[in-house]
Amino acid sequence: MSVPGSWYLILAAVLFSLGIIGVLVRRNVIVMFMCIEMMLNAVNLTFVTFARMLGDIAGQVLVFFVLVVAAAEVVVGLGIIVSIFRRRLGATADDLHILKG
Amino acid sequence: MEPTFLLAAIAKPDLITFIAAALIVIGGAFGVITSRNPVHSALSLVLTMFGIAVLFIEQDAQFLAAVQVIVYAGAIVVLFLFVIMLLGVDRREVFGRESLRAQRPLAAAAGVIALGEVLLLARTTWATGAHAVNGPVGNSYDNVQRIAAEVFSTYLLPFEATAVLLVIAVLAAVYLARRLVTANAEEENSEEVEGKAVER
Repeated sequence: MSVPGSWYLILAAVLFSLGIIGVLVRRNVIVMFMCIEMMLNAVNLTFVTFARMLGDIAGQVLVFFVLVVAAAEVVVGLGIIVSIFRRRLGATADDLHILKG
Repeated sequence: MEPTFLLAAIAKPDLITFIAAALIVIGGAFGVITSRNPVHSALSLVLTMFGIAVLFIEQDAQFLAAVQVIVYAGAIVVLFLFVIMLLGVDRREVFGRESLRAQRPLAAAAGVIALGEVLLLARTTWATGAHAVNGPVGNSYDNVQRIAAEVFSTYLLPFEATAVLLVIAVLAAVYLARRLVTANAEEENSEEVEGKAVER
């Protein structure tokens, strides 16, 4: 008997919560971005676990799409971060209030 | 209904692998959150990604494990490191000065509440538990074939949409980079002109 799926789900929930805490606690924009990636990984783990528990390959296919979208998101997000840093604003999220009306 | 999960009933290699990978994942996540240097956070993120890949392999998702290592650890984290190092944003975060008072404990409390909510919902309500019609996961020999068959038949339209999305992302990245280069060049030119005017 292999490890029960609920253990994986609990691990994924813990990882997701750590990502939430990271996004809320850290003020460095790049580290916040990394925490978002961590949350995406937690959801991926949930998908794969349910794919195994329910015997359904669609969960793994969905993880494949999540990976592609995450790659595109990272490219655009880091491009935006680079453009913000080019304007010599600070490294923390509190310094980014140029959109304030 | 709830089966009794005895530790002795679980195969030893599976159990050891799961515990080791879970420790790696959680340790890496803590490293991402607590490292003051963003480079250390990125390296901890690699640790988490590898742990997730190990868990994928243990759950018969060999293809996704390979993609996880290649795309996440090989591409995305390297991209993070490039941005950190090229832009010189690796200066340490000032932890003492905060514009929001008591932000850190409130954030930790919010995270714990979110975890509790997820676990509570998981205990009380499951969606259906019914098996879907897309076919089984397969074993280590035909996992890739099954994923490929699904991607190119049932999920063909989303697959094409991701191709469009990737093209759009590449165009956006190029546009963001190019426009700012020209803007900086114009600023520098104008500064040079002003400097010469002052010199004259």
